Amino acid sequence: MSNLPEELRYTKSHEWVKDNGDGTLTVGITDHAQDALGDLVYVELPEVGRQVGAGEACAVVESVKAASDIYSPLAGEVIEANPGLAEAPETVNQAPYGEGWLFKLRADAAALGALLDADGYAKTLEEDA
Amino acid sequence: MTSKTPLFAEHQRLGARIVPFGGWDMPLHYGSQIEEHHAVRRAAGLFDVSHMRPVDIEGPQAEAFLRHLLANDVAKLKTQGKALYSCLLDERGGVIDDLIVYRLGAERYRAVVNAATADKDIVWMQAQAGAFAVSLARRDDLAMLAVQGPQARALAAPRLPVAARAAVADLAPFSAVEDGAWLVARTGYTGEDGLEIMLPGDEAVALWQALVAAGARPCGLGARDTLRLEAGMNLYGQDMDETTTPLESGLGWTVAWEPATRAFVGREALAAQREDPARRRFVGLLLTGPGVLRAHQSLYRGGTPAGEVTSGGFSPTLGRSIGLARIAPEPAGGAEVADWTVEIRGRQVPVRLVRPPFVRHGRACIEP
Repeated sequence: MSNLPEELRYTKSHEWVKDNGDGTLTVGITDHAQDALGDLVYVELPEVGRQVGAGEACAVVESVKAASDIYSPLAGEVIEANPGLAEAPETVNQAPYGEGWLFKLRADAAALGALLDADGYAKTLEEDA
Repeated sequence: MTSKTPLFAEHQRLGARIVPFGGWDMPLHYGSQIEEHHAVRRAAGLFDVSHMRPVDIEGPQAEAFLRHLLANDVAKLKTQGKALYSCLLDERGGVIDDLIVYRLGAERYRAVVNAATADKDIVWMQAQAGAFAVSLARRDDLAMLAVQGPQARALAAPRLPVAARAAVADLAPFSAVEDGAWLVARTGYTGEDGLEIMLPGDEAVALWQALVAAGARPCGLGARDTLRLEAGMNLYGQDMDETTTPLESGLGWTVAWEPATRAFVGREALAAQREDPARRRFVGLLLTGPGVLRAHQSLYRGGTPAGEVTSGGFSPTLGRSIGLARIAPEPAGGAEVADWTVEIRGRQVPVRLVRPPFVRHGRACIEP
């Protein structure tokens, strides 16, 4: 069973979101997603300052197998993109919930309630299995 | 319904991610495809390639039949055990499959063909065999393991039957030794030294376990693909198929034009295409901008559409994205334009044309 931290929120498209408590959110992909994709070899992140809509494709992760779109879980402004991933995309495989985060948004954290909690995401994984 | 090799339970036990490939359930990787790739370049990796299909060709006219059937010439195989890579062509010169053929005796050969194409290959071979005194036999009783890497031969030798054990130390590249029902060949699909071993299916698990215990790292089809791509080797169905000829697929070197009297299937069509200035070229690609090359991306010469990526991916050895591509010839009288680009997600990304292979025997063969 893949690792699902309780404090995070999740999307059906396998992103996770962390509420940083200061009006900003951190976004990454789940352990399940990195495992299914295989070794990542390239990550393309959104530019800082870009306004993204909820569910908008705004990043791409490419594994040895294929390229996959990453969707912004919420509407907001991109305030940071993980600078370490250009040189070391495998960080996403190694630490999907930690150093392998993708980007940060300034967004309304109230909207987080609409996303899945860990149990809800676990159920979608079971349904897909 | 997919087939399973005799090693399927081993793959499951080792935690492989299993994918369907050519009608077979095969391991994609056992954890990290990139680490498996490096193991083959640096030490030794072990592949289950039992989806590959051996076909024995026997009879007084076996050689004459193969000289008719194949674009390369088995008359080059002067001694027992020698092997040859060839395309199997239709009358239009289209590639039905690519294969390795081993000479096992004066009237006995073995071809090893691709999994997905085996059924149509055998139908084609039977149809071509008509007037020849030959018999064809599928060897579905055999499994096939590939042990590849700089340490592969030394590591595998003690695990082989006695006669093969003595022979592999001196075995020349592209040669094989037969030992009972085993055929041990110094061939592969990785650009490294190593062996491909055909053996009875019920002996495959014991050999697999012995090789793993000796230090060969289990590797899946994912690493097999990046290794062959770095080695500049084509993949059937991706880099060439029935709609393309060997001359448009970087495989002109496998067509034996001499002797001119040998009338192999597809010869006339290839001879005509050989003189055609509009014939497409086959090249290697090194992505110099960001992203990853993938099959079917479009290529542009000076902004004009001029070809397509046939295979693309990330090269773990070079740390860069590489590919193979089929491109239009240079415009008549025009100078070669240096600025090639590939379209990735709607953007033009610079790419450099290079001559494969990219990597051989653990070393880069191109300027980074």
